[in-house]
Amino acid sequence: MSALRPDLALISGWIAPGSRILDLGCGDGALLAHLAQTRQVHGYGLEIDDDNVAACVAAGINVIQADVDDGLTEFADSSFDYVVMTQALQALVRPDLVLAEMLRVGREVIVTFPNFGHWRVRKALIGGHMPQTPALPAQWFDTENIHLCTLADFDALCRASRWQVLERALLDRRHRTGTSIRIAPNLFCEIALYKLRRPG
Amino acid sequence: MAVAEGSVGVVTPQKIVIDASLLLACGQQLNGFELMIETYGELNAARSNAVLICHALSGDHHAAGFHSADDRKPGWWDSAIGPGKPIDTSKFFVVCLNNLGGCRGSTGPTTVNPETGALWGPDFPIVTVRDWVASQALLADRLGIDAWAAVIGGSLGGMQVMQWTIDCPTRVRHALVIAAAPRISAQNIAFNEIARQAILSDPEFHGGRYIEAQARPERGLKLARMLGHITYLSDTAMRARFGRILRDGDGQYNFNYDVEFEVESYLRHQGNSFVDRFDGNTYLLMTKALDYFDPAREFGDDLAAAFRQATAKFLVISFSVDWRFSPARSREIVNALIAAGRDVSYARIDSQLGHDDFLMPIPQYHAVLRHYLDRVATEVGS
Repeated sequence: MSALRPDLALISGWIAPGSRILDLGCGDGALLAHLAQTRQVHGYGLEIDDDNVAACVAAGINVIQADVDDGLTEFADSSFDYVVMTQALQALVRPDLVLAEMLRVGREVIVTFPNFGHWRVRKALIGGHMPQTPALPAQWFDTENIHLCTLADFDALCRASRWQVLERALLDRRHRTGTSIRIAPNLFCEIALYKLRRPG
Repeated sequence: MAVAEGSVGVVTPQKIVIDASLLLACGQQLNGFELMIETYGELNAARSNAVLICHALSGDHHAAGFHSADDRKPGWWDSAIGPGKPIDTSKFFVVCLNNLGGCRGSTGPTTVNPETGALWGPDFPIVTVRDWVASQALLADRLGIDAWAAVIGGSLGGMQVMQWTIDCPTRVRHALVIAAAPRISAQNIAFNEIARQAILSDPEFHGGRYIEAQARPERGLKLARMLGHITYLSDTAMRARFGRILRDGDGQYNFNYDVEFEVESYLRHQGNSFVDRFDGNTYLLMTKALDYFDPAREFGDDLAAAFRQATAKFLVISFSVDWRFSPARSREIVNALIAAGRDVSYARIDSQLGHDDFLMPIPQYHAVLRHYLDRVATEVGS
């Protein structure tokens, strides 16, 4: 077993012990396993991929096989303390609608995404090419990422939707923070973590 | 005879006599009854590794293995039960029974009512899923099993699994609910009603006293089964398997009502082979048990409230092309379990056939079953 990804460790710091969690696109269940151990949460993961579902079952993680793009209509309002989605927002058909649904189902939402405003992305575009960066390694034609955004875009969506940003962590691709990110976040942040709440 | 790898080999059914009386949902009381069972594997010293298999509409106690060395047809769920199979008999002590009201040796319409000395026939009370669970609990007492490591069932069997977790919460550690529904739909009841009418209107039915009349409602039972088989396959599966293929190779229509299309041949074969092994009165009461199943009813139609009784952990499985018990119905179960705060995992298996897929060794299906039950085995120390 590799150590928990640092962004997942950071997320667990944002979660109150003993809470109810829904993890959208939970993969092999690493985050939920970690949260169950360290935060005594009661969690469920949503996952579409057969192998990941089997891996969650093998690990004893509650997993529900479903497509996030089909929506969260099966879940009642405020039925979870947190709805979490890591590195999947940009692959959704309508990320704005899914975020709104997450905020309906969860009292708080934790979401992470790659920042498309990073200087490597901008450099590639200035050079006349779709970016291929260490954080976004796929080619334009085979990428799963169809709705990439910059930090500024995401902030604008939060403002327009009147979502409250409770916490934010901006990291490089090794999940470290640093001076350059603090000075020019939209140029140097590679992975963004947000904790949101619906308009109060 | 060498036992084939993965098979439990030759098995012998046992008849278990239960002396306790059982008050049924209909108000009648059975003063003792008999259940035919088969067991596979060994019960461990802690008596913690027992698994109960609940059968569906037409199933019985013969879930795995063979009844003799030259028996060619294995039990109905042999694909999943055996040493090294997902329900691993080298780890678990597996119990399967013929339900009360059945026609394969357990007390039911084809057995003698000790109080009258006559066959029960149509007088055998209509039993419910709840009654079955109560009878299975008495069986567990008899076998010295305080709690099942897992209760597993598909279709009507899955309904028994749910009822177990609600009625006997402390006696089920894990509940595996496969291709089931929290209650059946009007469409499903409608199919059952046509099946029942086919049997009831057969001139050979004789008000259910056909055995005494040395008759059998074969035509009705056959029709009921043919109808059932249409609902066990998807449109796509039927198209792929039979299309519009004619049995005669010359491609000409015969302009009569003999078997002509392959699908007719298939349905008639299914119907004919069913009447040899099944009883009309049993079919009637089994379909009624399906219709009546509705655990939420006693909890203000709130399935989550019903599941708050449960302490088991759940695995729910559905099949993508099953329209008789569709994935949406399994999601209702899952949603109620989540609302009740119960541990549940749900796998929606990409499948080919339809409702029948729950008996098929689909790799992803068996992988999920195996992974889940491996953890159960570790947990119960088998």
